[in-house]
Amino acid sequence: MSTTDGNLIYLDNNATTRMDPRVLEAMLPYFCEKFGNAASRSHKYGWDAEEAVETARGHVAALIGASAKEIVFTSGATESDNLAIKGTVEMLADKGKHVITCTTEHKAVIDSCKYLESKGAADVTFLDPDKFGRVSREQVEKALRPDTILITLMAANNEIGTLHPVAEIGALAKEKGIWFHTDATQAVAKVPVDVEAWKVDMASMSGHKIYGPKGVGALYVRRRNPRVRLAPQMHGGGHERGMRSGTLNVPGIVGLGEACRLAKQDFEKDQAKYKALRERLEARIRGKLDHVELNGSPEWRLPTTLNLSFAYVEGESLIMGVPRVAVSSGSACTSASLEPSYVLRALGVGDELAHSSIRFSIGRFTTEDDVDRAADEIIATVNRLRAMSPLYEMVKEGVDLKTVKWGASH
Amino acid sequence: MTYSDKVLDHYEHPRNVGSLDKADPTVGTGIVGAPECGDVMKLQIKVNEQGVIEDAKFKTFGCGSAIASSSLATEWVKGKTVDEALKIRNTDIVQELSLPPVKIHCSVLAEDAIRAALNDWKSKQGAPQGTGPTDAKA
Repeated sequence: MSTTDGNLIYLDNNATTRMDPRVLEAMLPYFCEKFGNAASRSHKYGWDAEEAVETARGHVAALIGASAKEIVFTSGATESDNLAIKGTVEMLADKGKHVITCTTEHKAVIDSCKYLESKGAADVTFLDPDKFGRVSREQVEKALRPDTILITLMAANNEIGTLHPVAEIGALAKEKGIWFHTDATQAVAKVPVDVEAWKVDMASMSGHKIYGPKGVGALYVRRRNPRVRLAPQMHGGGHERGMRSGTLNVPGIVGLGEACRLAKQDFEKDQAKYKALRERLEARIRGKLDHVELNGSPEWRLPTTLNLSFAYVEGESLIMGVPRVAVSSGSACTSASLEPSYVLRALGVGDELAHSSIRFSIGRFTTEDDVDRAADEIIATVNRLRAMSPLYEMVKEGVDLKTVKWGASH
Repeated sequence: MTYSDKVLDHYEHPRNVGSLDKADPTVGTGIVGAPECGDVMKLQIKVNEQGVIEDAKFKTFGCGSAIASSSLATEWVKGKTVDEALKIRNTDIVQELSLPPVKIHCSVLAEDAIRAALNDWKSKQGAPQGTGPTDAKA
């Protein structure tokens, strides 16, 4: 089984994953047969649904070293991030309003922080990461203020795969008594996630990044030392310990639970595969192309992620030349905003290399053949586009592009 | 992003890719754009004694629409006189390639490249320079 559909090759698993057929199998009874509302306490339909939800809660908790009661189900990681950040700022308003985060976070975190700032509810410090995309414990420590109430830093970055030193920052947060939230959406099921070892108080995750369904996620909320209470952002029937009202998405939750169970069961096997395939992909590309730069950290990186800049070739034109390969680019032209990736810019990569970047992300269903064919198509297209690149020609003539005075921009 | 058939055709079969000798007095070279903006076009023309553009070449770093715009520009200037080539407008390129609004800057850059190449050629002939946009020189 692979994600190859006809001639297509799927290497965009950080965007979303194919659902594991074992997950679908687990979900199916909960649409038509066991359709009960998990909040119905008066009949078997409700009891069956509740039992399924609690089993799933146990699987999610087990994957991240939590206890089942600490899992709040949501609609996905965006909602989890919103609940963690807005819920904390609202809950701790009388203790302070300072929040520390980083410029390379997911938009769900950045935009939640900016929203709170715009309402006057929070003062936010956005830390700049180093050239590998990492923030250090020392940086966070320097940014602390007496009124700091929350540190929110992602465990792994979606574009470059860089891993922050979350355990070190968690230890700092614990020492200072500050709540620590991590967006673990990309890290879960790809690197070991342990909320105790990391000393995090909240952690966001999503179903569809780990071979589960879309539209379901979870927020880990610590119950002891400290007991974290969040102001709900969704009001209603008081579901999920009052933190997230709304009838539970039983089939989705069952799917998320099964995805977590499989991730734990297959962890070693998946790890070995990710690493082997990513190394194979990078080696094949580098074997045939020069001027290829790695974006992100060579050492502290998700095993699934390879973000490369192909100098002197623009990313969108490169993607256009490999229509059978599903990847993403940090080039401005592939986004609606006309700005190149804010993550790559934050690393100081330089806009020209950001425009030339391609993110490959490996998944459970990727095959060696997928990787080889994708590499070969990329190599052929980069060579073709470099042959028509004025920048490549200038570099081959010995011109230092940094000394060129470029014309007006558009 | 979906591309028009014409953009795809120019991307897959670009016309007139290559370089002319920029030291040749009958050759005009225009380089416009900047790497950090994601687009750089080099467009060159070779003008004969009758003032007709007998050859044109381009190289482009940029998206598919930028490649298509410059490829089309070389096709259009070939066989035209210098004065006729000056009349090519970016809106003509937008129309021919059905460029969406977000890609109009690619056509603007192609028009700039034509003008920069013509200005470079004119300056080599000792004629007064036009008021076209500045061209980058290494």
